[in-house]
Amino acid sequence: MREHTVLRVVTKVLIAPIILFALYVQFHGDYSPGGGFQAGVVFAAAIILYALIFGLAEARRAVSPNLLRITGALGALIFAGTGVYSLLRGGNFLDYDYLAHDAVHGQHYGLLLVEFGVGLTVVSVITSIFYVFAGRGRRNDDEQPPGDAR
Amino acid sequence: MIEAFFAQMPALVIVLPLLAAPICVLLHRGGPSWFVYLLTTWACFGLAFLLFVQVKIGGPISYAMGGWAPPFGIELRLDALNTVVLLLVSGIAAISSVYAKASVAAEIASERAYLFYAALLLCFCGLAGITVTGDAFNLFVFLEISSLSSYALIAMGSKRRALLSAFQYLIMGTIGGTFLLIGIGFLYMMTGSLNMADIAARLPAVADTRTVEAGLAFIVVGTSLKFALFPVHVWLPNAYTYAPSSVSAFIAATATKVAVYALMRFLFTVFGAAYAFDQLPLGEVLLVLSVAAMLSGSMAAIFQTDVKRLLAWSSIAQIGYIVMGFALASTAGVTASVVHMVNHGLIKGALFMAVGAMFWRLRTISLNDIAGLGRQMPITSAAFVVAGLSLIGVPATGGFISKWVLLEAVMAPGHYWLAAAILVSSLMALIYIGRVVEALYFRERPEGHPAVGEAPVLMLAATWTLVLANIAVGLYSTPLVGAAERAARAVLGDGV
Repeated sequence: MREHTVLRVVTKVLIAPIILFALYVQFHGDYSPGGGFQAGVVFAAAIILYALIFGLAEARRAVSPNLLRITGALGALIFAGTGVYSLLRGGNFLDYDYLAHDAVHGQHYGLLLVEFGVGLTVVSVITSIFYVFAGRGRRNDDEQPPGDAR
Repeated sequence: MIEAFFAQMPALVIVLPLLAAPICVLLHRGGPSWFVYLLTTWACFGLAFLLFVQVKIGGPISYAMGGWAPPFGIELRLDALNTVVLLLVSGIAAISSVYAKASVAAEIASERAYLFYAALLLCFCGLAGITVTGDAFNLFVFLEISSLSSYALIAMGSKRRALLSAFQYLIMGTIGGTFLLIGIGFLYMMTGSLNMADIAARLPAVADTRTVEAGLAFIVVGTSLKFALFPVHVWLPNAYTYAPSSVSAFIAATATKVAVYALMRFLFTVFGAAYAFDQLPLGEVLLVLSVAAMLSGSMAAIFQTDVKRLLAWSSIAQIGYIVMGFALASTAGVTASVVHMVNHGLIKGALFMAVGAMFWRLRTISLNDIAGLGRQMPITSAAFVVAGLSLIGVPATGGFISKWVLLEAVMAPGHYWLAAAILVSSLMALIYIGRVVEALYFRERPEGHPAVGEAPVLMLAATWTLVLANIAVGLYSTPLVGAAERAARAVLGDGV
């Protein structure tokens, strides 16, 4: 898709706001609609858009599958780790009341942390799934992306 | 400190494997991942044992996830029934973790082994979660965790057919999961609650509506798909046949039992035996299906030439025994179900492990290829024979205890035709196990097959641990039957 100048330029302009919106959905998820899952999907959409326009190889260079493996596991660990931390502080598993000096702050931190873990894992897994499907049966990643009929 | 630890045990049983799975992914190596898997499953086995003792002494335990009190938050609830199931699941997981190392090294590409262990841990986490949760929707989530990871595990089998059978299982399993979800949705619509005990308390007021009846039907069909009850069993033979050996052993011994447990939990705790079995004719339906499962499963097993497939069909028949027990809705019946759940887990675990050890050597497991193996792999073959005898129900083995308790349960209300079905199915088990034993001991090694030695010592140790557990249950059945009886009284609310 190298010759489609319009698409390339528009993509370049769009990717930053998409990621910004993803972060907005992520960090306002505790008070407004949104949260880790939605934010993760929006963020992954930015990476997938990049891969569609600039090729899978470029996307893999920017966000490597190895990194995604690590962040995917880390996200799950952050989620479970938050639970274990509250457990160590004397509460039940995932009881955010015990995370900070008072319950209100504890609930706030707990939600933020857990949603961050969810978001991280969702970005990684969605992007990994895309990489696997898009990379199926091709040697040279710089060819036309799948689904492009021309 | 110790008391705080005891209070957190119900959560730790699911949190440990949930933490260990991403750690395996981070480790990125097969060897360390195996070690994490080993440690986690044994730790969970220890926790399950402590919980079992705790419930036996102090009665049911309730744990509020996240500190949210039960009807609103997710509750983990342990009673006499699910601690037995949890002990079985974690015990089999712990023993199969010892078995897994050599088997996985032979069957799974080394760069994928860490993912294999992560999936195995997630599967275990899901199964443990189904067992301990007291929340209907949470049960569905854990069911999906265990199912999704088992699809991946089965797809990792060494033959290409593994992919197709995993896909088949995925379709059937997803339909089952969806049915269960629809059923739970109906209950939620009518009662406004997802906590099992809370639903049970609110259900009588709306019990005579179509919605609740339909909900019950969806839940029964959905869980039946997951444990492969007779007409919805077609996914099981392929899935067990083409899965890696350690997966066959683990899933065959645990996954179907946990799904049966889920159905028992819904029928007895949520709907109540009086509603499901007296008001609606569910007992009769399940009894007919269980007899059909026993006879058709055993019949199909007789004609198999692949030993793993033979065992898979036998599992379908054995599910019939378990369902028959609780379909009677009597204390003796539920006791028989629980006893056979545990015994069948021990038997099928041992049989699949023995067969996996043969596969480890031969890379094939058809009756012709294992002919004459009794002399070349004496320890493995002997394990198969003893576990096979237990499957048939020979005295001094666990299988005998199961059948004895079940026969007592069906004779009490005078169901002689069920007793006849049990005997016929046992005779058929004698035939199909006999065919394998005949091949192992009374035939010569086929031409052109090189001589083979024994399987690795860890595989043998794991297999024999389960075989000896069978004999131990057969010789001293009081603890198991006692625990099963307590379980039955707990879910039936004593009276019946």
